[in-house]
Parts: sequence; structure tokens; C-alpha cells
Amino acid sequence: MSASDPRPAAPRAAPALPGVAGNPRRPYVRPMAGWWLRNPYFVRYMAREGTAVFVAAYALILLVGLVRLAQGEAAWNGWLEALRSPLSTILHLVFLAVFVFHTVTWFEVLPKTMPPLLVGGKRVAQSAITAGAIAVAAAASLALFGIVWGLTR
Amino acid sequence: MSTNEKTIEIEVLRYRPEQDAAPFPQTYVVPYSDDMSVLQGLQYIKDQLDGTLSFRWSCRQAICGSCGVMIDGIPKLSCKSFLRDYAGKGRVRVEALANFPIERDLVIVMDSFVEKLESIKPYIIPKEPRPLSAGEYLQTPAQLDAYAQYSSCINCLLCYAACPQVGLSPDFVGPAALALLFRYNSDSRDGGAAQRMPVVGAESGAFHCTAVGYCSEVCPKGVDPASAVNQAKGASVREYFMGFLGKGGGK
Ligand code: SF4
Ligand code: FES
Repeated sequence: MSASDPRPAAPRAAPALPGVAGNPRRPYVRPMAGWWLRNPYFVRYMAREGTAVFVAAYALILLVGLVRLAQGEAAWNGWLEALRSPLSTILHLVFLAVFVFHTVTWFEVLPKTMPPLLVGGKRVAQSAITAGAIAVAAAASLALFGIVWGLTR
Repeated sequence: MSTNEKTIEIEVLRYRPEQDAAPFPQTYVVPYSDDMSVLQGLQYIKDQLDGTLSFRWSCRQAICGSCGVMIDGIPKLSCKSFLRDYAGKGRVRVEALANFPIERDLVIVMDSFVEKLESIKPYIIPKEPRPLSAGEYLQTPAQLDAYAQYSSCINCLLCYAACPQVGLSPDFVGPAALALLFRYNSDSRDGGAAQRMPVVGAESGAFHCTAVGYCSEVCPKGVDPASAVNQAKGASVREYFMGFLGKGGGK
């Protein structure tokens, strides 16, 4: 700093601590390992993401059905037979539970991804948007189930 | 201390960079009354038990945003949390906000956030030069409503401590800065969206967000940063495709 510099002298630097060269600051970064187990909210988030694997797996099962169909009647009937096994029934119940969780948790995110929904100039509550979407999904699933049930009777 | 006074154990994660290799928990027994906040508990420790304890605070009424800490692992304002709510277990754990480096005890290094905040230009950039004589801007209630909630942010950083993506990728601009970006872009007085959108679409921008949603859960001001971040993603995608159609204004 030159003698003509009008600024006040800078405050004296903190004395260097023994064993710490120059800057005594030593910010500590905490590890992230296992972060998703630290909070039930994160566990639920990971479960939501994980259910996508089940969705993909079920898409594969349906795809196998399509391949078997292309291979002829015997192959197709074999695939249908496999789906009727007790193990398959149990698996389907597991898939159903997982898909319900997948649907509900994604519809919980839905209101965060859209501009506010205005009805009569008032914002619709996020919980109402989630509930509405779940209701529509449930109604659509039931309708589809009813139609397929009716067609295959 | 009279014998019939209620006490609670406050376990603080201490870190004194000049002597500790790593943070360690230290427990203090603190007398408390039902109207005492966790911040007041920390102040009791500093004033009566251990003057070396460091923590930030200022307003003690949930408006300055200085006093954020992890309380039993959850990001909270210590001035807005009460010791009575942890009395059942007889103890409460206090730690510096997660996802930030610890400067000392409960004090975090927040330089990265200040840089991120600057990067989103958190001020109104007028659409065109406007002389003072033109008077104030007028806004309809609907125009105010478009951004009001996002302008309630007090920069407390609880949302950063709640966001695993911030911890995993420290460059991520993060919830509050993106919420403020969205706040200015949504303001009818502002014309700076084109200057801010590159921050949204950048490698470190909104697409880091995987919609965990915990930021909105912990926000003490009802800002709902997750909704701002995800609407900003939508705006960025629209801008990208409009660019293909030759209609992109925001370069
Ligand atoms: S968005 Fe909420 S939690 Fe995040 S800094 Fe602002 S006030 Fe705090
Ligand atoms: S001390 Fe100001 S927000 Fe808590």
C-alpha cells in the first residue's frame, strides 16, 4: 500500500497457528456415503425410484408374451400357462402393490412439476391435485379391468 | 440451578479446525423452560457453560435466515424450534447444516451459495430503460401472485441441507437460487429471463434435480422451491425446442 493510499490500513492478518501454514481455516466436508438411510424421506424417495425397475421388468414380461405369440399357438399357450402358476400369481400381487406405490408417489410429485392450477381464480391445493390424479388413475385402471374382463368372459 | 428445574441434554457436533482433525459430539446439560428455542439453548451453552461454541444467529424470529442447523438430523431454524418438543427423549442433537463444509462448530462455509445466488442475477432487469418520471410499476394481484411465494425466501439454506443432489454434486445451483431465478423470471416488471435461462439449462442447472422434493418439505417460508425448480425445467425444455423452430429469444 503506497503512502498516498487514502484507504485505512488492512486489519492485521491472524497469526499463523503452529502446524498450520498460513491459513488456519480448514473447512470440514462431511462424507455422503449412506446418505439415503439418514432420513425416512430419502428412503421413500429411493423406493419410488427403485419401483421403476419393477415397471421395466413387467414390460419385459409382456414383451416376452408378444414374442411367444409370434412363435405360434403352442408357444403362446405355454406363456399363458406360465402366467397361471401360483408363483406367477404371487408375483403379480407383488407387482400390483409396487405399481400402486409407484403411481401414488409420482402423483405426489405431479403438482410440483406444473404451474399453479387456478379454478375460479383460486389455486387448487397440491394435495387435491395429487388426490385427483390418483382417482383418475384408479378409475381408468378399473375401467380397463372391466373391459378386458368383459371381453374375455 | 434449583433442583426442580427441567433440563435437557443438547448434543452439539463440535469442530475446531485449529485443534480437531474431525468433528466430534459434545453433550451439554441445559436447563430449559417451555418457551425456550433450541437457539436459546445454544446461547445458554455459550453464555454459561462453554464460551468456545460457535453458531450463527441474528433476528431470532425466523426472518434473517442465519440460524439454520440440523436438529435430530432435520434441517431447521434453531430459533423456530423449541426444546420442549425434544423433551420426551430428554436429549436433542444439533449439527451444522448438511451438504456444506463446516467452518467451525455449527457455522458452515456458504461462499458457494453466495456465488450461485449472484449467478442467477437476483434483481429486476427492466425490459426497457424507464425514467423515474414514469412513476412506479403497477401490477395486478394475479401478476403479484405469479412470484410472491418465491420472493419469501430468506436464504436460510435449509433446502440445500435437505437436497441430496447438492451434497452429491456441490456445483448444482440448488433449490433456493433456482426458486429466486424463477421468481424474477415470473415478475411482470422483469425482462431478464433470457440472461438467466442459461443457468437453468447448464450442466450444473435444474436438470440435476431428481424431484426428491424434501427441499419444499423443510422450507420454513412456504417457498416450495421444488415447484420452482421443476417449472424452470419445463421452461428450459420449451426454450430449447423453440430454438429449433427459430423462435428462441433466450440465447
Ligand atoms: S427456499 Fe425456503 S428453505 Fe430454501 S433458502 Fe429460501 S426460505 Fe430457506
Ligand atoms: S435467528 Fe434469524 S432466522 Fe433464526
